Amino acid sequence: MAGRLARSLLQRRFGQRLPVRLASGEAYVPEKPPVEGKTENMKLVHAINNALDIAMETDSTAAIFGEDVGFGGVFRCSANLRDKYGSNRVFNTPLSEQGIVGFGIGLATQGSTAIAEIQFADYIHPAFDQVVNEAAKYRYRSASHYHCGPLTVRAPYGAVGHGGHYHSQSVEGFYAHVPGIKVVIPRGPSQAKGLLLASIRDQNPVFFFEPKWLYQAAAEEVPVADYELPLSKAEILQSGSDVTVLGYGSQIQILRQACEMAQSELGVSCELIDLRTILPWDEDTVIQSVCKTGRLVVSHEAPLTAGFGAELAATVQAECFNHLEAPIQRVCGWDTPFPLIFEPFYIPNKVRCFDAIRTVVDY
Amino acid sequence: MAAGAARLVGRLGLLVGRRARNYGRMGYSDSAPSRGPEYTTDLAEATVSLTSKQPLPVYRVLSAGGEMLDPSQDPGLPGETVVRMYEKMVGLCQVDQQLYKAQRMGLISFYMTSYGEEATHFGSAAALHEKDMVYAQYREPGVLLWRGFSLDQMVDQCFNNRHDLAHGRQMPVHYGSPEHYFQFISSPLATQMPQAPGYAHGLKQAGSDNCVIVYFGDGAAQEGDAHAAMNFAATLKCPVIFFCRNNGYAISTPVEENYKGDGLAQRALGYGMEGYRVDGNDVLAVYNVTKKARELVVDEGAPVLIEAMTYRLGSHSTSDDQTGYQDMSEVKDWRERYFPRDRLRGYLQSQGLWDQEKEDELVSVTNETIRSAIKRARAEKKPSLEHMFTDVYDVPPLRLRRQKEEVQAMVAKYPEHFPTASHE
Ligand SMILES: Cc1ncc(C[n+]2csc(CCOP(=O)(O)OP(=O)(O)O)c2C)c(N)n1
Repeated sequence: MAGRLARSLLQRRFGQRLPVRLASGEAYVPEKPPVEGKTENMKLVHAINNALDIAMETDSTAAIFGEDVGFGGVFRCSANLRDKYGSNRVFNTPLSEQGIVGFGIGLATQGSTAIAEIQFADYIHPAFDQVVNEAAKYRYRSASHYHCGPLTVRAPYGAVGHGGHYHSQSVEGFYAHVPGIKVVIPRGPSQAKGLLLASIRDQNPVFFFEPKWLYQAAAEEVPVADYELPLSKAEILQSGSDVTVLGYGSQIQILRQACEMAQSELGVSCELIDLRTILPWDEDTVIQSVCKTGRLVVSHEAPLTAGFGAELAATVQAECFNHLEAPIQRVCGWDTPFPLIFEPFYIPNKVRCFDAIRTVVDY
Repeated sequence: MAAGAARLVGRLGLLVGRRARNYGRMGYSDSAPSRGPEYTTDLAEATVSLTSKQPLPVYRVLSAGGEMLDPSQDPGLPGETVVRMYEKMVGLCQVDQQLYKAQRMGLISFYMTSYGEEATHFGSAAALHEKDMVYAQYREPGVLLWRGFSLDQMVDQCFNNRHDLAHGRQMPVHYGSPEHYFQFISSPLATQMPQAPGYAHGLKQAGSDNCVIVYFGDGAAQEGDAHAAMNFAATLKCPVIFFCRNNGYAISTPVEENYKGDGLAQRALGYGMEGYRVDGNDVLAVYNVTKKARELVVDEGAPVLIEAMTYRLGSHSTSDDQTGYQDMSEVKDWRERYFPRDRLRGYLQSQGLWDQEKEDELVSVTNETIRSAIKRARAEKKPSLEHMFTDVYDVPPLRLRRQKEEVQAMVAKYPEHFPTASHE
């Protein structure tokens, strides 16, 4: 049943056609496993499910809750977990995001590991007060006597081909502005598993945004063991000498293609960096890279103005000023709501990223 | 209104008579001691007891087969009005079937049917004034159809073509139409709810005879916005009808996992407004209740809550599969016994207003209309790229105008990477 449901839920939610970007040939590039040992081929959705399973198995206080998570979640991330761990530990909540996050804060403060799901990042906004004024300030206002560190909130984010205003948004920028929480965005299955386990076990509230267009579209060999990948540590995916290309989440797949295009069409060598944790972010890795290449292109799907790219660009220009050969380029969503039928024009696609690389090289 | 409230109060068995009227004061007001509470040394009297609470019955007019159960409850509508309800209902059923199929064929990206809940749309819409403002959730397109929004317009929106009033920016089924006094639908649940009393307050201040109706699901009713909405409306005396479609599910989540009390209608008492529970599959009962609610709302300038008990016969949307979480024998039972379309048809036939010949004619004409609408809508161009940037503000700011130029230049430079040909 799970298999059939997984197929139907995902394929139907996003139609029978492939998302536009996949249709244009930008398929997910499988990666080498980040740790040694036995592996299994997993899609992103399975890697998340596997991480949740391990988190539940290794921590008897852990609980998973949210809208429709009981039957496995609308994206199937919690499939089979209620059967395995019981409905006291994997359960549906009433339909209220402020309730879900507030409940999670309370549960975590009590000492349990609280793993909340918000069905879409677009629907996290009713919980904004609980995140910004509560989760983020709980430790500070009580001098660590109380804290909600064991809270993790997962939510699918980003463009998917036909999500329109309310099933496509990238919300990391809002939360990157909130000291006291962490924000993590994985780029693919094996990264997601290690980062999610680290997020769940981290003693700070973590907001974990999953690129929904990769749930079914990304598959690779994922280590079956229990492993964590470090938070607040960026990763250099490809070293290069001419331009630093910086992004996170599903945008990494687009940037890979843009880097390849730059190499083949312009002979330009790009250094591709996945930020992985948005807050608190790894300044050193980025600064070192830009001081070496002298050029930076940053890209995210969220709108340009006041997006996280602005923070990255401001820090880099302050730290690498003497090394910069060209103005930093940001390739982002436009400053409009996410527009369904104009999605192919709205997203920072491969050619827009390629064009920005060309701009900094030609400067 | 007082009589209605007392009746509800009596049913609940919680508070009686004078005490019921005082529940708003909390007993803490120094300024008006005469309106303070009554005190008791009997805790039982001061108990909100779950055991004494009776479930509110469901008001109905037609039997499952469509017979008039009590002639005194016959709304006395002209035959042609009831026939029109039926024709529109058939239109909705057929367009649901065909657009659902169109999604399956990959022609549109998403769809949601109203399968099984049609009577809530037509019964309520027919009882409203055509200029009463509608705030819908998403599963109420029949209200628009009743007001004259055409099947062609529905199809154009779902195909996101250049005729879509909102320029293809939103997912299918997110209709809206100023001509039909219908706000554009927003996917985030319950956000429309507190807006409705605001609009209603404005109407009242302007001396309008119109009111507002806001539709929402049993799931949406659990959002914080739902609470704010009803409390604002009651406290500020806003002429708004809260219409809950209680269809048993919020995607996979059954109502038992969304609330523990006796449904939604009884919440009305907590907010200090009148409430009704009605059989949502009985179009005439929904009509009677909405008509009564509208009278109250317009005469007294205060809100009313209606809970229409219905059942979601289909999957939540094209994104899920109900067989994974719904008891399909329950679905079958509701389909066979209470399907609104069959029930209304039974009534019409018993009145001599309908027969098989009319049915066949209606179904074939409707299907043909929809088929040609789909054929036409499919071939239409998508809206102009211009519209990615219009309506963000009343006047596009300079930065946005520059972004538009940037994307146009990008499209000109790399035409093979953008689907320009399909756009106007
Ligand atoms: C704020 C918000 N949270 C979650 C969702 C995802 N979602 C869409 S419909 C739905 C269920 C709604 O159920 P209900 O209100 O009962 O209406 P029904 O679909 O049954 O008509 C959910 C959880 C959403 N659209 N908005």
